[in-house]
Amino acid sequence: MKSDRGDIELAGVCKSFDGATYVVDGVNLKIADGAYCCFIGPSGCGKTTILRMIAGHDDPTAGEIVIGGQNVVGLAPVQRRTAMMFQSYALFPHLTVRENIAFALRVRGQSKSDRLRAADAMIEKVRLTQFADRLPAQLSGGQQQRVALARAAITEPRVLLLDEPLSALDEQLRVQMRQELRRMQQELGITFIHVTHTQLEAIALADLVVVMEQGKIKQAGPAREVYAHPHDRYVAEFMGGQNVLSGRVEKVNGASFTLARAAPDGIEVPLRPRSAVSVGDKVDIAVRRDDVALVRPGRDLPPGCTTSLPSRVLAIEYQGYFVKVMLDTVPDDEFVAYVPEKTFFADPFAVGDVVMATWATGSALPLA
Amino acid sequence: MQSSQTPPRANLAGWFYVAPLVLVLVPFFVAPILVVLAASFFATDGFGGLTPGFTLASYVEVLHSALTLKLYLATIKFTVLTWICTLIIGFFVAYFLVFHVRNQLLAIGLFLLCTVPFWTSNIIRMISWIPLLGKEGLINQALLGMGVIRQPLEVLLFSDLAVVIAYVHQLTIFMVVPIFNSMARIDKKLIEAAIDAGASRFDIMRLIVVPMSKSGIALGTIFVVSIVMGDFFVVKVMSGGGSASVVSAFYEDVGVLQYPTAAASAVLLTLVLVAIVSLILRTVDIRQEITR
Repeated sequence: MKSDRGDIELAGVCKSFDGATYVVDGVNLKIADGAYCCFIGPSGCGKTTILRMIAGHDDPTAGEIVIGGQNVVGLAPVQRRTAMMFQSYALFPHLTVRENIAFALRVRGQSKSDRLRAADAMIEKVRLTQFADRLPAQLSGGQQQRVALARAAITEPRVLLLDEPLSALDEQLRVQMRQELRRMQQELGITFIHVTHTQLEAIALADLVVVMEQGKIKQAGPAREVYAHPHDRYVAEFMGGQNVLSGRVEKVNGASFTLARAAPDGIEVPLRPRSAVSVGDKVDIAVRRDDVALVRPGRDLPPGCTTSLPSRVLAIEYQGYFVKVMLDTVPDDEFVAYVPEKTFFADPFAVGDVVMATWATGSALPLA
Repeated sequence: MQSSQTPPRANLAGWFYVAPLVLVLVPFFVAPILVVLAASFFATDGFGGLTPGFTLASYVEVLHSALTLKLYLATIKFTVLTWICTLIIGFFVAYFLVFHVRNQLLAIGLFLLCTVPFWTSNIIRMISWIPLLGKEGLINQALLGMGVIRQPLEVLLFSDLAVVIAYVHQLTIFMVVPIFNSMARIDKKLIEAAIDAGASRFDIMRLIVVPMSKSGIALGTIFVVSIVMGDFFVVKVMSGGGSASVVSAFYEDVGVLQYPTAAASAVLLTLVLVAIVSLILRTVDIRQEITR
């Protein structure tokens, strides 16, 4: 029985090309029907391999891939009812836009008039009507991307797989096409799985963000959870927007503990619910860059702040609505404060100034 | 657009760029053709002496001869048979090398293997067919031994079949190389995209690989057609003198010092070949395909 549901379950999926090293190493994940899921990680982390295994272009060495309740391992892409949009699109260069889009229908044996009618309807949906008779080489990057999307979507797949769909575009177009992808996903109402290495892209688009490292899932969850509550140092650093500090637990006091640091009184950190630390543990904590406030030495700390770390300003970058201030708070590691533009210019710092970096105690996040 | 305003200095530089080609082409290509063209209009005293002048007598003679048509038909028959065989073999050899041999080093090795027959001379390669195809040859012996035939097959050697076999043996590489070249430039992702769309192996070949190898097929066709049409040696040796080609006729003319008729035949053949090649180039824009 064929199911129209596009929910996906990966169970213990492993992939090794040479039998010794695992590119994908025991991945378990559930993706809901109609979700927009982004796999994100540095190159070589196995995210594209997972995509290709879901698509049926690679077979897993071990594990199950279940789509709509059916184990699809060993099935051809057509039987899986998945469609893939390739990185750099892989449009057929000798076929026109219309023929490219109608290709899947052609090989399914649809009559010429039927398939061209369907292709034209799809062309209209991606707003390429005036380009229907052009060859791919005569289109801009953004238009090619829309052809690729239309070509993949025309078979009414239950899962659409996108391999770095925006990486070939320039910055402005990327933001524009990002919205278009989301619009198409909502219009089609099917599961999208999108592989990217751009954090912004992932959190802007996805219902489910999956952060990967070396063949393993580091964290999977809604975009806001992954960004604001990273599990560990890797996710915090990879997703960005966080400062990561490490130190030893000096004392545990009820719902919080104190991290020994260069700071005179240590750093007070609230405990995660249902977690425990003991004195002497080595712990990483994350503090969001936009939670860090900078105060000149000797002034009062803002309310709610108990920790302040003396630092020197290393560099200042104006970013428009905020100013990026780089500090030497942590030896050999980045520590950055995103100061709102108006706050910064009310009393601007210069490179070399000594400041106190501080944050509300509750905003420090212990990492696993 | 801008050529009319090109400064003379740039013009001079342009001439320097083409100079090497001109220096090769003019003495070795343009001049001989002009000589042949001129000779075809000259009169002859019948003993090899040429009288400069302008007469169409040689052309009239060649075109009026019933033999000319017969020879062209024979040559075209060989050409078409050879073309079909080399195309089929060449296409599949290239297809195998590009799409089925995963290891690129192995593919290059096998590709070089295709050129091994060219390490020996053309004549030796032709002679080596004799022990295989001859009356007492391996094939006849084997068939006789198995009791498939009672009499040795005469058709194997010194026949039209032998001519085509020799041509195919010699010329398949001229199909393999350009087709391999254009196939190797097909992005493997396109094949995956086609599989993703549900295309069968045959669909992929029909809708993706063949159309995208068009330029290679056209180039190979030009090589094969022009070589077969310009050949007389293989026909002569492999048919045992039983068949002739256009070129063998004017080779005979040269032998009996009929230079103007030989020249006229040569000019005619050149025109026919130019027509065929331009027909091929009209169907496939090789230049555009190659620079793509």
